[in-house]
Amino acid sequence: MKRTLHIESNSCAAVDNLGRKTFRMELRGDAGLMHSGQFVDIAVPGLFLRRPISVCDSSEGSVLIYYKVVGEGTARLAQMLPGESLDVLVGLGHGFDPLRCSGKALLVGGGLGAAPMHLLCRELRSLGRAVTVVLGFNTASEAVLLDEFCAMGASLHVATMDGSLGVRGLVTDAIPAGEAYDCFYTCGPMVMMKAVCKALGDIPGQASLEERMGCGAGFCYGCSCHTASGTRRICKDGPVFDKEDIIW
Amino acid sequence: MVKDLSVELCGLKLRNPVIPASGTFGFGLELAGLFDLNILGGISLKGTTREERFGNPTPRIAECPEGMLNSVGLQNPGIEALVSEKVPQLRKLYDGAVIANISGFSVEEYSYNCAVADKCPGIDILEVNVSCPNVHGGGMAFGTDPDAAAAVTRAVKAVATKPVFVKLSPNVTDIVAIARACEQAGADGLTLVNTFLGMRIDIKTRRPVLAAGMGGFSGRAIFPIALRMVYQVSHACSIPVMGCGGVASAADVLEMLMAGASAVQVGAENIRDPYACPAIIEALPGLMDTLGIDHLKDLKI
Repeated sequence: MKRTLHIESNSCAAVDNLGRKTFRMELRGDAGLMHSGQFVDIAVPGLFLRRPISVCDSSEGSVLIYYKVVGEGTARLAQMLPGESLDVLVGLGHGFDPLRCSGKALLVGGGLGAAPMHLLCRELRSLGRAVTVVLGFNTASEAVLLDEFCAMGASLHVATMDGSLGVRGLVTDAIPAGEAYDCFYTCGPMVMMKAVCKALGDIPGQASLEERMGCGAGFCYGCSCHTASGTRRICKDGPVFDKEDIIW
Repeated sequence: MVKDLSVELCGLKLRNPVIPASGTFGFGLELAGLFDLNILGGISLKGTTREERFGNPTPRIAECPEGMLNSVGLQNPGIEALVSEKVPQLRKLYDGAVIANISGFSVEEYSYNCAVADKCPGIDILEVNVSCPNVHGGGMAFGTDPDAAAAVTRAVKAVATKPVFVKLSPNVTDIVAIARACEQAGADGLTLVNTFLGMRIDIKTRRPVLAAGMGGFSGRAIFPIALRMVYQVSHACSIPVMGCGGVASAADVLEMLMAGASAVQVGAENIRDPYACPAIIEALPGLMDTLGIDHLKDLKI
């Protein structure tokens, strides 16, 4: 699962309300087909630990990721240029299960939680499912992937905290009322996902959790969490869990 | 010329000196899908206590230049699950040396756990961890005092028929004094070193990065200190030493053997790269050839 991937493009795609940049990076090479909710673990030159980043799109020969520059690792990643190569562990984690949805799916992403929703939307659309996507951002300039979701035929709804795009307020304020969803999928800050699960009541759902990771592959036990079904490793047994298993 | 990578540890022949260190390789099973485990000289399994443990709250991983900190705190399924599930499963895949890493919170618990592990046919060596910095009232408390380390060693040796290695903490003023106490108490060998107690603070939140506040510091940055301790102990004691701490390359393995180690454990480097051990083993013959070394015995300087 370790691959050398080449940077095809790496450019700023959005800026949040605090001036932090989101980068869009396209990697080429023998990446193998990954599933939504899975992640890659990138060895950033000069740093000890790898950086886990969820997959936004995947094909046999390429991977698309989005990352926000929030620390030293992502800052160094942002300075890398097309043509440079990266040591990447691919295909990590237990992702979303699009087959759980037999009818209409609701995808809810907060901030860069939109990225894994993109690949999930593609998977669901290829299964012929109707997909409603609700994305929440702090401000309009932080928004990513809007055109891509629309191009896949999803019904897109957006909320921003400052009202600069879509509904003013939280992502839960933008979820269309009166629709009957088979199941929902969510990725974003923990507090947001908790609110989403609460708002959607009895609808079955899956959520993607986050934690500081060591190995990223399930053998260092650095990112363990308690779940209703017992102790789980977020990197290996997750990051996606059924909502009933998550202890908020 | 074909190079002989084999080494001997308490009468046990290892196909090479490279052993993933406890806590950095799970129970081996987690990595079985990545490469053939049988290339490894041995595997030191995740530290095990009598009862199942979740360990410390997260975050329990932090980074620093050329190293990392962990405060996992001995997450493990308990000694019964080790001997009835983990080791038998591993034995279906692996025929090299299996080292059970045993922790405890009292002398009695160490003794109990070692007695259980000793009866498990799949286990070759008991590695008694008196040096975990991430648990209170146990672990390192036994490894920072010569009398306490000797008491654990004596109690374990009284119930064990298999070789007992005591894994020492570097968080002491004089590691040789602890090592000698363990040797005199009957230890068959020593593993050194465990992690260094360390800390990081997030300057934005003004809070420790690790939820537990402090954790064990490991990785390339500690290699010279670990090497120095292996050198001192192996020249002061006559029992074999497994050298551990910051080993990341075939050259580091040779350096540890020259310092006096009989086998070499690779720790944090596995976390950086799960293929670290196979890469090191693959690089050893070429490096030995360059240096005119034909076998790995008697490299001690």
